[in-house]
Amino acid sequence: MNALRRAVLGLIAIALVKPLAALAATWNKDAFGAKSAADALKSLGTPAPVPSSDVVIDAPEIAEIGAVVPIEITSKVPGTSSIVVLIEKNPFPLLGKFDFMEGALPFVKVNVKMGETSDVRVIAQAGGKTYVATREVKVTIGGCGG
Amino acid sequence: MRATLAGGFTDIRVLMTHPMETGLRKDQDGKLVPMHFIQSVIVKVNGKTVVDSQTSQAVSRNPVFSFRVKGGARGDKIEVSWVDNQGETNSTEAAVA
Repeated sequence: MNALRRAVLGLIAIALVKPLAALAATWNKDAFGAKSAADALKSLGTPAPVPSSDVVIDAPEIAEIGAVVPIEITSKVPGTSSIVVLIEKNPFPLLGKFDFMEGALPFVKVNVKMGETSDVRVIAQAGGKTYVATREVKVTIGGCGG
Repeated sequence: MRATLAGGFTDIRVLMTHPMETGLRKDQDGKLVPMHFIQSVIVKVNGKTVVDSQTSQAVSRNPVFSFRVKGGARGDKIEVSWVDNQGETNSTEAAVA
């Protein structure tokens, strides 16, 4: 009786917990909710990076409308397994974290929103080390609210 | 989605239809529109995950992403899927051309 009860409760617990756990593991709520780039990196557990010209950010110098700013990122650091993108002056700076595996090249191109003129900071992780590059994008009309 | 062979790699370009609401925008009545944005984008090649990403509301409305995978061959199956903060999900498939 006891064993049956435990088994049934166990199944219910798995059914309840599974979907939540799967989501929590995917999306880092603390990092994305951080209001500074430093706090976001702390929540991600990213080690202090060294500046590198092998992390390449291609973005417009001036973006007239902040709602759609194309950003292209390439890491030439051998063995890059992940790229973190931060837009320093956005209300929530962390834009995303991209993990690459099974032959994916450390490259991503995406359109982003920028609230105001800001540095875009990209951190590439390779082995246990991290490498950083920044690039300023001037924004004429912000693209967060409206 | 479009997946094409380039010099030594497969170029994957995908467009998603999504409002990507930041939670900061007001509607016509001056009320804040709730946050609604894609949180996860996953790219698979022939069933194997190659890119696993977490994203924020700062990705532009109707996101366009490009990714690259080393090598590749015509006919490789590319699948891109996303999940948003409201639990909605979608996926699209294409063969490398």
